[in-house]
Amino acid sequence: MNNTTKRWVFDTTVWTSAVMMTFVLLIHDVAAESRFPPVANDKWQAECGSCHIAYPPQLLPAASWRRVMSELDKHFGADASLDAASAAGIGAFLESNAARGKRAAVDAGTLRITEAPWFRREHREVAAPVWKGASVKTPANCGACHTTAERGDFSERGVRIPR
Amino acid sequence: MRTTRFVSGLLLAGALGLTGLSASAVTPAELQQNFDAAARAGVPGYTGFSAQRGRQFFNSTHGNDWSCASCHTQDPAGPGRHAKTGRDIAPLSPVANPQRFTDPAKADKWFSRNCNDVLGRPCTAQEKGDVLAYLMSLGK
Repeated sequence: MNNTTKRWVFDTTVWTSAVMMTFVLLIHDVAAESRFPPVANDKWQAECGSCHIAYPPQLLPAASWRRVMSELDKHFGADASLDAASAAGIGAFLESNAARGKRAAVDAGTLRITEAPWFRREHREVAAPVWKGASVKTPANCGACHTTAERGDFSERGVRIPR
Repeated sequence: MRTTRFVSGLLLAGALGLTGLSASAVTPAELQQNFDAAARAGVPGYTGFSAQRGRQFFNSTHGNDWSCASCHTQDPAGPGRHAKTGRDIAPLSPVANPQRFTDPAKADKWFSRNCNDVLGRPCTAQEKGDVLAYLMSLGK
């Protein structure tokens, strides 16, 4: 092998590995963004999870959680009042693990996760009738399609859109 | 030494857990006695609870949108479904679900929320006792 050929083999190997590594990192990054680290809080799980899935704190910014927790007596049309100690504990947990960066980019005062720009963007391929299906009922029913939502895993691998 | 400390810690935690459990756990009948005492003290003309009245109350919308049955269904010995979120609800009747009405704080919390949603006001001891009498009567 002459020097030019050696150089060519070396360059190709380096570039191929670099491209592959970038690809792996990208995939990993995208997957990690939709699998929320398992932050756990028993009170949050029990109280928030009794009428709907306990939405991961990473889905709303701290200011939104603060407002949600201050209006529990009028919680999306239902009374979800909590004793002061439980509300304070859950509120602190939600705020300290709240959305940062892209997911935190919501209009001030947004309470609905489904109104956040990232939510709309990530669900733009879901056709309107799917949202109205009997087993879905409402876009707030994450588990209807995200079969692993209860574990905080919203990755595409777990998505099964009901027909 | 470490193991001993760990084991004694475990025993202490277990003992505390048991104490906590026995302090708060009641039977539905005991909870019913609390409602009875409150009704005797506060409801004029109180003559006891009625499962029949409880059933009517449970299925009525009281002039608003929801009844208890909107989520718990007209057969509360079976599973329910949240009218808004679609979340499954375990059977409400203690006959079908022995965990129901064994934690007074939990019962208070849900009566307080749900009476507000269904009636727009708190339930009286009479109403709570009637509903519990109805739920305890199912399957008998």
